Amino acid sequence: MSLIFKNARLIDPETGTETHGSLTVRDGRIVDTGAEAHAQGGDEVLDCGGLCLAPGLVDIGVKVCEPGERHKESFRSAGQAAAAGGVTTMVTRPDTLPSIDTPETLEFVARRAREATAVRVLPMAALTKGREGREMTEIGFLLDAGAVAFTDCDRVVADTKVFSRALTYARSLGALVIAHVQDPSLSHGAAATSGKFASLRGLPAVSAMAERMALDRDMALIEMTGARYHADQITTARALPALERAKRNGLDVTAGVSIHHLTLNEIDVADYRTFFKVKPPLRSEDDRRAVVEAVATGLIDIITSMHTPQDEESKRLPFEEAASGAVGLETLLPAALRLYHAGDMDLPTLIRAMTLNPARRLGLPQGRLSAGAPADLVLFDPDAPFVLDRETLRSKSKNTPFDGARMQGRVRGTWVAGQRIYDAETSNA
Amino acid sequence: MAFTQTHLLGIEPLAPAEITALLNLADDYVALSRSANKHSDALAGLTQINMFFENSTRTQASFELAGRRLGADVMNMAMQMSSVKKGETLIDTALTLNAMQPDLLVVRHPQSGAVDLLAQKVNCAVLNAGDGRHEHPTQALLDALTIRRRKGRLHRLSIAICGDIAHSRVARSNLILLGKMENRIRLIGPPTLMPSGIADFGCEVYEDMAEGLKDVDVVMMLRLQKERMDGGFIPSEREYYHRYGLDAEKLAHAKPDAIVMHPGPMNRGVEIDGTIADDINRSVIQEQVEMGVAVRMAAMDLLARNLRARRSAAA
Repeated sequence: MSLIFKNARLIDPETGTETHGSLTVRDGRIVDTGAEAHAQGGDEVLDCGGLCLAPGLVDIGVKVCEPGERHKESFRSAGQAAAAGGVTTMVTRPDTLPSIDTPETLEFVARRAREATAVRVLPMAALTKGREGREMTEIGFLLDAGAVAFTDCDRVVADTKVFSRALTYARSLGALVIAHVQDPSLSHGAAATSGKFASLRGLPAVSAMAERMALDRDMALIEMTGARYHADQITTARALPALERAKRNGLDVTAGVSIHHLTLNEIDVADYRTFFKVKPPLRSEDDRRAVVEAVATGLIDIITSMHTPQDEESKRLPFEEAASGAVGLETLLPAALRLYHAGDMDLPTLIRAMTLNPARRLGLPQGRLSAGAPADLVLFDPDAPFVLDRETLRSKSKNTPFDGARMQGRVRGTWVAGQRIYDAETSNA
Repeated sequence: MAFTQTHLLGIEPLAPAEITALLNLADDYVALSRSANKHSDALAGLTQINMFFENSTRTQASFELAGRRLGADVMNMAMQMSSVKKGETLIDTALTLNAMQPDLLVVRHPQSGAVDLLAQKVNCAVLNAGDGRHEHPTQALLDALTIRRRKGRLHRLSIAICGDIAHSRVARSNLILLGKMENRIRLIGPPTLMPSGIADFGCEVYEDMAEGLKDVDVVMMLRLQKERMDGGFIPSEREYYHRYGLDAEKLAHAKPDAIVMHPGPMNRGVEIDGTIADDINRSVIQEQVEMGVAVRMAAMDLLARNLRARRSAAA
């Protein structure tokens, strides 16, 4: 028995094409795509009404607050948010309480995830114990336990010797290291990006150059160690030439950017709106435009939600004291579609940065519409307009910068391994 | 145009006409404060609470006196020692205070934007008495009043602001106010104490004191905080004094009738030479203190009028 999606606008990130046709799923896998599918008795046929059908999103860097802060986000609530956002694979962060830095904690997290959600969860582990930047974690054991990448999240391993050893060790095991790129002493205490806006608001600020400085150091270390490296967020124009050079020189380097840095700029902070406080801080409009362009050309590979739940208490504080981060699982796709509607890039290019590219980087079979690929799919209407109300979000934390924003593009359905996990028609939100 | 503000959180939201209206009323309050009976009933029946999350003797005294001269019931809360230390958040503190039905809340806080945050949670008029490095609106208004009375106008003057611009809320508020009133502004200081992107504010930036002071009408000095003195931002106090301290030699580059201002408290021998500070022909530093009380009386009076109007409209 097959599941046939007919009358769909198929967005194929692998071929970079969009075609009108149908897609057939059997036993959790895509078996065929084409202009016309031939349904047999017992097959389930779903008329997509000409809406977009694409691989489910693979989101690298989702924070689920288990263990430690389940009141902010649990695997259950994150899974619901992901399903509603068309995210079929969450690659979770280890910056929990305590950090995920031992195989035992990693196994606990993997078990919790399996019990709580149908969305695929792939955990990352810390690169150094307690994310303290002093001693590397048991990278080998953690890989065996299922860690897909190693990262200290928003903490930079400031000690270059520690970092170079961890990279060397990771290289020997083929492990992917994900780093935050900010010169740590320059960015210490900063709540905004240096410039007119930060000066006007009197906020402690960091030069955009701090990102390039950190990337320059890391590129030298990658040249030295040969490790597999991914920069979590490249958000400034000044860092792009260093990234381009590293790729041209054949280093095993990729880069990501959060959806917030692609769609918002520093001015959005306005009168100290703490829901716009993220790490690194929002940048100038010139930087935003440069980074959007870098996604369009493929220099920046991956778009993430950088989903970071924070409760009201940690955000209702003076801007400098307020916690950083924004939730993004449910708004990732509609916000990303702003780039499509603005004419910055076509749909396959945009979708590729959230599907095929992250899947490839992690060696996953997802992110494709070709025969044999897992039937992880999202059906969305790219044009449907709506005004976001943060209270409708499924995340336990509602700290979105898009509250009250006009968005265009809604998810209609989400499938993991051919099983429907979200249906906009029957969803109660 | 009337003064339409609900709060006084900064100079930025004010229209030039509102600034003028406030200064005009402040002129009346200077006269009142100099008269035999220094009392009015403008704020009679109203409660004013001064919440200072950061130490201040002068500003707090000035606000207290301003409130008392207008007949308000004034209470001071020293927030450094209060429940804030016990972990209460700013919002909770605001809600607690709000329940006491104050009419005017005067707030100083060490973090930029904290007073804005607090103002969103209370239903009385809030006056910013300085938030982090953001704004200190009554200081800029008292400086403006001092200049206007001394120079006879508050436009087309050449004004130099000197010293630690980066960490100064006084500099920010003055820059905005004097810019709104169409003056020519120069900022003078070492580059380590200059905020980034400052040239976009429509002012000229100088690193050399003599060059920057050339032919200015007004010299505004800023206080250099002790914690900035030792090696972090400048090499030493004495090198700073040598290059940026205001002495007779440097002041000679300004116009012969240029006035010297300082928001206080002064570090004599660091940013300003003692004899300049005491020179009654040049220094208007004591006058600034007097204007401070009048400007605060005017600000609280105008906000209270708007508050009463809103309340009677709602009733």
